[in-house]
Amino acid sequence: MPEYTRLIHNYLRHDKKFPHVWCPGCGNGILLGSLIRAIDKTGLSKDDIVLVSGIGCSGRLPVYVDFNTLHTTHGRALTYATGVKLAKPSLNVITIMGDGDSMAIGGNHFIHAARRNIDITAIILNNSIYGMTGGQYSPTTPYGMRASTAVYNSIEQAFKISELAVTAGAVFVGRQTVYNAKLLDNLIEKAILKKGFSVVEVVTHCHVQYGRQNKLGSAVDMLKWQRDNSIPVEKAAKMSPEELKDKIITGILVDKDLPVYEEEYEKVRERAKGLA
Amino acid sequence: MAKVAKQAKEGKTTKTTKRRKTVAIDVYKAWCKGCGICVAFCPKGVLAQDEEGHAYAKNLEACIACMQCELRCPDFAITVITEDRLNAGKGGSAHG
Repeated sequence: MPEYTRLIHNYLRHDKKFPHVWCPGCGNGILLGSLIRAIDKTGLSKDDIVLVSGIGCSGRLPVYVDFNTLHTTHGRALTYATGVKLAKPSLNVITIMGDGDSMAIGGNHFIHAARRNIDITAIILNNSIYGMTGGQYSPTTPYGMRASTAVYNSIEQAFKISELAVTAGAVFVGRQTVYNAKLLDNLIEKAILKKGFSVVEVVTHCHVQYGRQNKLGSAVDMLKWQRDNSIPVEKAAKMSPEELKDKIITGILVDKDLPVYEEEYEKVRERAKGLA
Repeated sequence: MAKVAKQAKEGKTTKTTKRRKTVAIDVYKAWCKGCGICVAFCPKGVLAQDEEGHAYAKNLEACIACMQCELRCPDFAITVITEDRLNAGKGGSAHG
């Protein structure tokens, strides 16, 4: 055990099998580090955090960290998280989902959780493919890209997760790449502290499935692509849609305040008690 | 190191420079999967991969303790040990 990475190691469950299950160079590991650093910066105690995940590569993430954790069924992370939050509103609930998890099977849960504005932080790892199950195309696989279920390339348009979250009514929406890990730390920290439904879209790479099928190279090559194609939202505002094609717009897309569901629900309870 | 010496000669030695001095770069081989991310994104070319793919400090003197390798290591296998971290007695944090 290296003594010097104590901050990260303080939060890991050392009785689990390490090194973790993800492929060499996987962005999920970088996000895990970012998440731990962000939570550490917020100053919240381990017992105040609930980490909920669905199925997929991202589903393994809560296994490794020493918070209250819940590993649920495919696409249902937000539904379990809603239950946890309403039962114990004092807890800080964070969900970790993949792009398939949150946009395909859990797509409906996602838009309604955003609309309802329940105080949950939804972290979505977008690697544009179903990695764990064998590289099938997902709702975020870009048009024209190859997947094992789209060997003649995908003919569908991809979901833009952050833009969808904005439209669905999330009060805080941000996007960042795993390449910019330090900025990702800051973004996650802000999202956790934000009251209401906050979404962080983490653009990551799957060099083993998506990268190999589309000949995009190694994890390093895909991280370089992220570096070269990220555009801060302030700069993107001055650019044309043509210039922004295939670019990753990073930063905070929305930060607003709306009534939070569990507080409104508490008011309803009070009103109902008054009538009884 | 040469840079620090030069700055010292010119009387420019700041607390920051001294504090940032890297003593060692620790790679926990049991966790390192040899993905090469730390090697590729080191701005000073300090790191290299051995025959098994594990990272090691080939040119420690060039290290500016920017901590980019620590930040991006998906496996928490690499640690930059600086003087201030040693002096603090707590080993420092994983993000500097």
